Amino acid sequence: MNQKRSDNLLDVRDLKMYFPVTRGLLRRKVADVKAVDGVTFKLKRDETLGLVGESGCGKTTIGRCILGLYKPTEGGIFFEDEDIADYPEKKLRQIRSKMALIFQDPYSSLDPRQSAGSIVGEPLKIHQMVMGKGEYRDRVEELFRIVGLDPSMTDRFPHEFSGGQRQRIGVARSLACDPNLIVCDEPISALDVSIQAQIINLLEELQASAKELSYLFIAHDLSVVRHISDRVAVMYLGRIVEICKAVELYNNPLHPYTRALLSAVPIADPVVEETRERIILKGEVPSPLNPPPGCSFHPRCFMAIPECSQAVPPLRDIGGGHEVACIRV
Amino acid sequence: MAELLRVNDLVTQFKTESGLVKAVDGVSYYIDEQEIIGLVGESGCGKSVSQLSIMQLISAPGEIAGGEVIFEGQNLLKYEANGPQMRSVRGAKIAMIFQEPMTSLNPVLTISQQLTEMLQLHMKMNDDTARKRAIELMSMVGIPGAENRIDDYPHHFSGGMRQRVMIAMGLSCNPKILIADEPTTALDVTTQAQLLELMKDMVQRFRTSLIIVTHNLGVVARYAQRIYIMYAGRIVESGTTKDIFANPHHPYTIGLLKCIPRLDEEEGTKLVPIQGLPPNLINMPSTCAFLPRCSYRLEKCAREPWPPLTPVNGNHYISCYANTKEKSK
Repeated sequence: MNQKRSDNLLDVRDLKMYFPVTRGLLRRKVADVKAVDGVTFKLKRDETLGLVGESGCGKTTIGRCILGLYKPTEGGIFFEDEDIADYPEKKLRQIRSKMALIFQDPYSSLDPRQSAGSIVGEPLKIHQMVMGKGEYRDRVEELFRIVGLDPSMTDRFPHEFSGGQRQRIGVARSLACDPNLIVCDEPISALDVSIQAQIINLLEELQASAKELSYLFIAHDLSVVRHISDRVAVMYLGRIVEICKAVELYNNPLHPYTRALLSAVPIADPVVEETRERIILKGEVPSPLNPPPGCSFHPRCFMAIPECSQAVPPLRDIGGGHEVACIRV
Repeated sequence: MAELLRVNDLVTQFKTESGLVKAVDGVSYYIDEQEIIGLVGESGCGKSVSQLSIMQLISAPGEIAGGEVIFEGQNLLKYEANGPQMRSVRGAKIAMIFQEPMTSLNPVLTISQQLTEMLQLHMKMNDDTARKRAIELMSMVGIPGAENRIDDYPHHFSGGMRQRVMIAMGLSCNPKILIADEPTTALDVTTQAQLLELMKDMVQRFRTSLIIVTHNLGVVARYAQRIYIMYAGRIVESGTTKDIFANPHHPYTIGLLKCIPRLDEEEGTKLVPIQGLPPNLINMPSTCAFLPRCSYRLEKCAREPWPPLTPVNGNHYISCYANTKEKSK
């Protein structure tokens, strides 16, 4: 095996995921939807990387590519230094026991006809993590306890649980195989405000107590992402436009899109609100089917100059790991 | 400014098979001319139902069981729900914008048909003037090329644009009050900011009062002058936005403010979740509904009925027996 474990659990290099648009009887390809168009980032061990952006920016697609649910069009996904982008299904399955996914909607992501215990225990069976019925039951009950559910509820069905409890079942299921990586795809946006904090804290506690656990935290809510993440990547139309430490994101946002996105999120404090910069963007996010040339943000950008439409600006490090893709900063 | 609308002791209940649900249980509030107020609470707290009750849009098994809605010296609840008097108020003097711009527009009618209908009905305009006015309204809310787009169908518009159409429709008859029920929840962050700014500008221009119904404390902090916090069908705290955020008194408000992550929080801030779940509204006890989740509870709370709204200072009211200020110090 590897002589030395690298610091990076995950290393995504120039990932591209195009979805073909077909037309006609012969389903001829007429165009590509460039959902993810050249994304590069690293996720360190025990780190939480937040992926933010508006709907259609490709953040969920990245998560699905990493889990092998989509075969990427191009690029490499190195998980523990192995490129898993082209792995066949069989080999992927072995790798997948080390990664898991928490879904957005705790209502549709749990099979209504399966008991909570069997939902949580299914990964254990698939990956043959336990021997015998006794061990299986013990592990399922342990998982219930870890996420703060009463182990006596294993025989109940999803509809008997509240939204927050269902999301706890989803978290328990993701923990079943002791993964190193959990992709959290909008894990709290379907929950009530007072319940969201319970799940955020649970995720934080799990990471603190695990031997090694990294999160790729996908969400559109900047306050939540900033709270839970060590670093944050901001996406716009299939590309990362800025990536930096979570603290830097609010204190020193550089990309004009990041600045606009931040200013669009109101802070629950009227005194702070009075003095905040408000950038209201023009127009709407263009279709990824036909993105603008050059920097795809330039038609809406308040700092754009003619050069912005010529070439896609690369992500460049401006010091301290703060990377930004804009020629105006 | 003069008082425009006053709701006294409104009770709206739903008779369901499993029992009586008091969705709104004795709610009182008022709004002044050209004022922006916020109604905040989690799902199921009765904030939407209280607004639908003002408009008499409650259908069976729901019924408005008590209270009064005083508007221009008249009690709207005395009017027959579908009678001519109520219809001359609904949409014309009090208009409403709903959360889902996808479902609140009729998909088989063009925007022109839907916008001019109101103008013809309430303002007695003829076809030509109504169409002209509709185009004018559409450009006012920032729909580019309004003249060409007016004959399009709702599915031709993006979510943000549809909500703009809804705003145009809401304001088309110069209403005195515009009720916006979670107007931007289904939309992207930057679109949300665009629309909220637009709404603020438009109500200023039309000299309309605005009731924002939302679960987002940031939105009310940014836009509302006064807010009402609702829990389990009742108002638990009310006051000016500045007072409530600077000096929250009710345990629920205090809890809410501690459990949402703030964009400008210090690194390492811990969220303090509110324990437990929002209550099931079926056959509620007569004691305070927040009691099971409250960390400030007194012995008295379990004995006495739900505390009435009492002033803490000036225009700041809470419904709570505990002195939260003393304990938190």
